[in-house]
Amino acid sequence: MPTDTTAPGGAGTAAARELRESAVIRFAGDSGDGMQITGSQFTLETALAGNDLATFPDYPAEIRAPAGTTFGVSAFQIHFGAVDIQTAGDDLDVLVAMNPAALRVNLKDLRRGGTLVVDAGAFTERNLIKAGYTANPIGDGSLSDYQLLALEIDRLTEEAVKEFDITSKEAFRSRNMWALGLVLWMYGRERQATIDWIMKKFADEPEIAKANVAVLNAGHAFGETAELPSDLHAYRVERAPAEPGVYRTVSGAEAVAWGLVGGLKAAGLERMVFASYPITPASPVLHLLASLRAHGVVTFQAEDEIAAICAAIGASYAGALGVTSSSGPGIALKTEALGLAIATELPLVVIDSQRAGPSTGLPTKTEQSDLFQAVLGRNADAPMPVIAAATPSDCFEVAMEAVRLATKYMTPVFLMTDGYLANAAEPWHLPDLDALPRFPVRFRTDPEGFHPFVRDPATLARAWAIPGTPGLEHRIGGIERSYESGHISYDPDNHQQMTKVRAAKVAGIAQDIPEQQVALGEAGGPLAVVGWGSTFGPIHQAVRQARAAGMAVSHIHIRYLAPFPRNLGDLLRRFDRILVPEMNNGQLVTLLRAAYLVPAEGLNQVSGKPFKVSTIEAAIRAASAGGNGKGGAA
Amino acid sequence: MSIATKPERLQPKDFASDQEVRWCPGCGDYAILKAVQKVLADVGAVRENTVFVSGIGCSSRFPYYVSTYGFHTIHGRAPAVATGVKLANPALDVWVVTGDGDGLSIGGNHMLHVLRRNVDLKILLFNNEIYGLTKGQYSPTSRQGTKSPSTPGGSFERPLSACGFALGAGARFVARGIDIQQPQLVEVLKRAHAHRGASFVEIFQNCVVYNDGVFDDFTEKAVAAEMQLHVEHGKPLLFGKEKKRGIRLDPARLRLELVTLGENGVGVEDVLVHDETNRLLAQLLVGLEAPEAPVALGVIFCDPAPSYESEVYGRPAGEPGELGALLRKGRTWEVEDGRSGG
Repeated sequence: MPTDTTAPGGAGTAAARELRESAVIRFAGDSGDGMQITGSQFTLETALAGNDLATFPDYPAEIRAPAGTTFGVSAFQIHFGAVDIQTAGDDLDVLVAMNPAALRVNLKDLRRGGTLVVDAGAFTERNLIKAGYTANPIGDGSLSDYQLLALEIDRLTEEAVKEFDITSKEAFRSRNMWALGLVLWMYGRERQATIDWIMKKFADEPEIAKANVAVLNAGHAFGETAELPSDLHAYRVERAPAEPGVYRTVSGAEAVAWGLVGGLKAAGLERMVFASYPITPASPVLHLLASLRAHGVVTFQAEDEIAAICAAIGASYAGALGVTSSSGPGIALKTEALGLAIATELPLVVIDSQRAGPSTGLPTKTEQSDLFQAVLGRNADAPMPVIAAATPSDCFEVAMEAVRLATKYMTPVFLMTDGYLANAAEPWHLPDLDALPRFPVRFRTDPEGFHPFVRDPATLARAWAIPGTPGLEHRIGGIERSYESGHISYDPDNHQQMTKVRAAKVAGIAQDIPEQQVALGEAGGPLAVVGWGSTFGPIHQAVRQARAAGMAVSHIHIRYLAPFPRNLGDLLRRFDRILVPEMNNGQLVTLLRAAYLVPAEGLNQVSGKPFKVSTIEAAIRAASAGGNGKGGAA
Repeated sequence: MSIATKPERLQPKDFASDQEVRWCPGCGDYAILKAVQKVLADVGAVRENTVFVSGIGCSSRFPYYVSTYGFHTIHGRAPAVATGVKLANPALDVWVVTGDGDGLSIGGNHMLHVLRRNVDLKILLFNNEIYGLTKGQYSPTSRQGTKSPSTPGGSFERPLSACGFALGAGARFVARGIDIQQPQLVEVLKRAHAHRGASFVEIFQNCVVYNDGVFDDFTEKAVAAEMQLHVEHGKPLLFGKEKKRGIRLDPARLRLELVTLGENGVGVEDVLVHDETNRLLAQLLVGLEAPEAPVALGVIFCDPAPSYESEVYGRPAGEPGELGALLRKGRTWEVEDGRSGG
């Protein structure tokens, strides 16, 4: 692979390109403008160019909101660089705005002096009014803080497709490719992967395919040949250091789906029944698994959330790996059935792709406010393990771990992701398959001494005895069962004993998971920043920057939220202050205080957006200076 | 998940579990349990391959009393759990036991969809027109005017027809039986067992404590002959002690009318012949209600179609997949000398 990204077929000469360590670009337009596709293709070309990257797709709940409105704006942000990239970036270096509404919503995030590409052709009076402008910002000097590139992309696109037999509507719809072509040029990116993608997508409509390629090339050529303002440069972002191996980009949803398949194979089970009901932002996992029958996956789109979890429980009872997936409101509906899985001690993986709430909330926006629900939100004493993924690629390992815990301990397990993780993508160094864990399941077959709640003395897990096994016929259900025989029992002492055993089984998992490590910094000192889930990126980057600035601060990121790792309390007590940034109103911080009586302080943001690095860094500075630790809260 | 078969022939008593049955003395559930145990023996059911799944309610204690695999789940959700069992292992012989509250109220949505999907399950709905386990509240099948703790002045909601609901949901097998009519109930259950796909059987079950005698207007010995229409495919729809009464279609008003052979020139040729594959006829038959008309019993509708899980597994799955191939699908790239940078 060539190391100079500008060399083969690239735009401009290396000398003309300004070297940048990293860049943040956001493509923004109407929800029908194809911004997610534009961003995804730029991501692919950037990954192929060897940069590290993180993305943040941010789209409205409405599928096609009225054109030109601010609430219909869809955006895709990518942060890429020659260095380790942890987040989708705070401030934008480049903003592409396909209409006035996109400009209005997104301009505040563009850094001063940043590049602003707008489709001037879309800045019509009508669109300006819809976006709330009284004057056209292109001409009134209000954008003088930025390097404005006002191009009539609609007209340039039309010119590029003149020779093709497509409608003007189809031509208009391809103008995102023009913008993509220009930005690919700007950063010296190849176009081949995008051209391949276009040819495949429009394989049945060759005229449209050719037109889209022509538009992409036209945008690229424009950058190469047009007389751009002299202070507008083409950039070069070099490859990021990376371990040798095979890479791909992966979203959290993909990594979850593949991790479940990995878990299925590691458990040596023949079949996974993945039962789910459509809900944003969890549905992509269902879509990905729907075509994996050859891998032993049967997907079941149930009539509702309750049926989904109940079908998964039925599947586990019959010897398959039962999995269900949803988001907060759907998880709430599954709660009673979770109790059944806990009572009958059946393996089950429950994925919660959290979103902003309560109720419908902000369905397409991210939050991590289901932690209480996952850890505590059931009637009666109903403990179950809860684990969380930190990054898109981490979802693979965590999904496998969820399968391991579920099958080894005969318990439902919560796997927490969120809307950001589900949709965000990053490069992933594909794992060495031989090095993946194996945890083969052994179904009970021996009738000698069998009853359905006979337990493994080490794990306290009950035997998994499945229908079809002669001599093990038994009845289980939600009514309390006798510890001694597995039969229905209303005995008070037995209920006490069974409650204790269920709790001890889950608590015992702490002995079977790794001790809590420190992600960055020392294992003790004046300040620890403690997080869980998708806040990993911004916390890590903020701690890194604070440490570079000389502050003594460590980053601890918790994967196992129930039970906590066995050393967590001791580790936390070695810090003077504990700052817990969360995209909720203070949930992990409460659990930590309750479990360990430590003076943890929250940094809470519930805006539906991921933390900015600067927000956390400001809080670290405030805490290091002896402030209240909340200086940077958004 | 291969399944071994056993040569030995089991007796009804072999399908009784070691658990003490805890229904009220005189409950119709005893008779149904007996009929099911006989059916299991008669059809040569294999204990380890048979699963009873139930929800919550008096009827849903059923699995504890059968010596097969059993899963007593949560209120209304048995059809969903049973669907999962079938998806995990389609070779299992799976029965769902539910009641009018469990199956038609809290679990109505699951019942609708399990029938629509045609999952290969035998669904026995014990209809006693009352909530028994919660001490006697009116249910979705209770007749108007039912006095109960929650309707002290009598209920005014119109009741749901269990079989009408099942037919409307697209069920391919709809049948009815009476708890104490053993021979007929056993035959209906055998037909249900032989049917591939969802078999819906409504069983009129007398609750001796909270709704005793609610079906007397057609189950009492004295009126049984006149008030029961036992349907049989290909046979005329006749009832009455001497089979002199019949069902005729009034084509002008598209409804069924009761006729007496020999009166007004009516002959047996005027009487409808039961066609169990005719959904419209089935809808008309389940609409007959006592005391105005005899209640239709037996296999009212049977029109098989591929079952859900047979469709799921009947479609090509492709070559057995390797995890490595899955992860490499799409665009990948290789870093050979990772540290060199630009």
